[in-house]
Amino acid sequence: MNRRQRYEAQQKRRSILIAAASTAVVLAAIIILVPMAPGWSQVKASFFDGEVFLKVLPKMLDAFLLNIAIFLWSAPLIAMLGLAVALARATQSPALFPLRVFGALYVDIFRGIPVILVIFLIGFGIPGLGLSRPWNSPYIWGTVALVLTYSPYVAEILRSGIESVHASQRSAALSLGLSERDAMRYVVLPQAIRRVVPANMNIFIALQKDVALLSFIGPVEILRQAGIYKSLLANFTPYVVAACIFLALTIPATRYADHLMAKQRRARGGG
Amino acid sequence: MNTASSDAPKLRLNGVTKAFGETPVLRGITMQVPSGELVCLIGPSGSGKSTLLRCMNQLEPIDDGAVYLDGLDIAEPGLDLGPIRRRIGMVFQSFNLFPHMSALDNVLLAPRRVLGRGRHEMMDAVEALFSRFGLADQMHKYPDQLSGGQQQRVAIVRALAMKPEVMLFDEITSALDPELVDSVLDTLRALRSDGMTMILATHEMAFAREAADRICFMDGGVVVEEGPPEVIFTAPTQERTREFLARVIR
Repeated sequence: MNRRQRYEAQQKRRSILIAAASTAVVLAAIIILVPMAPGWSQVKASFFDGEVFLKVLPKMLDAFLLNIAIFLWSAPLIAMLGLAVALARATQSPALFPLRVFGALYVDIFRGIPVILVIFLIGFGIPGLGLSRPWNSPYIWGTVALVLTYSPYVAEILRSGIESVHASQRSAALSLGLSERDAMRYVVLPQAIRRVVPANMNIFIALQKDVALLSFIGPVEILRQAGIYKSLLANFTPYVVAACIFLALTIPATRYADHLMAKQRRARGGG
Repeated sequence: MNTASSDAPKLRLNGVTKAFGETPVLRGITMQVPSGELVCLIGPSGSGKSTLLRCMNQLEPIDDGAVYLDGLDIAEPGLDLGPIRRRIGMVFQSFNLFPHMSALDNVLLAPRRVLGRGRHEMMDAVEALFSRFGLADQMHKYPDQLSGGQQQRVAIVRALAMKPEVMLFDEITSALDPELVDSVLDTLRALRSDGMTMILATHEMAFAREAADRICFMDGGVVVEEGPPEVIFTAPTQERTREFLARVIR
């Protein structure tokens, strides 16, 4: 070990010690203080009932499969619409000005309304037009609501990616005789999409959570299933189960997105 | 078209003007580039050399005047520029290789997408180009695995793969470490002996003097003086040319 490594090892030991000590203090405080609260015994019984936890877990996991299914068919639709809007907003031809305006308007409107409101308005409003089965399905209109609210975020991230590709790349492609379209498709977009993968992952993690909002218009997915159990068993533990199931999926996904971002930062810093 | 007599210029500019907003960059450029000649544009930074090159393949639309390629005015608004640009190769100061593609794919992209050539039918010709410019071992590497000199030579190969009739070089050695400059200048010498028509914006005065057929000295958006290198470098007639050369040649 050389002089510098000795110093760094010492610094590292020190910071681990500080982190461990402070974590221990906070945990101890929670473990000692929370049970001293007057309502703790009721809260413990109604939120952290081990028996209820194990009893509802299998059914809750089943219900979560529906969340995953809704996510899986919504995500590609969101990616496609997001890309279409990003391209519409990135066009430079004056003839396509209306397309740019439309894209901007769409992004402004759907980024400006809470997801739950869009779900209510579309999920109740459109079937209310008197559509017959299967066209009044909450799955269809719930999906439409999610696609409409999430695409603008994806579009804006993609657009920032497109703008981050230096104009000289487009110049090089055009100078070779490529059309504007091919320059975008083969040169600019592949680079732009690569750059925004981590940012888009965060959007899709948020989507995974917001699928639960569809419970308000009908589908018996995990949140709804938890509500049913809550009423049935007069116990809130199913909500804790639902939270745990979400975390089991979102924590690894979030870690992975962060890992990708850090990798990209390193790659750019080193380049 | 290929029987154009030797006195018909390959590329001809007539009164080209260009402004960025309120700032005029080119104030009426008229010049001729005969087939097979190497013309060097020299002049201080901001004199309009790069913009002039970018007007020659219409990467920058011009405000007024005309740019003729084999007698066809390519500055005509609304003209489909794809077929024009594939006849004019361009190499940039910052290489502008596509970083997400291997050197080989950089070179194959335009022949495949623009000319509709297959990967396999292009392979022999492309491999020959890579070998010719000392890049045989670099074909499958990505741009960030190549040195600046290698990247710039790949960029030259990429332009040549389209079999252009004219090549534009925009200060292609300015971003290179000094020891890599010669490898790129050697490729220019090789192209010159092929008889390629070339226009080169450069700060490499020694190279311009040795290799150019004609030198254009630009300053403030106009061609101040032009002529054969032996005249421009030894007996310039304009005061501004003398001042510039005194500053850059020591």
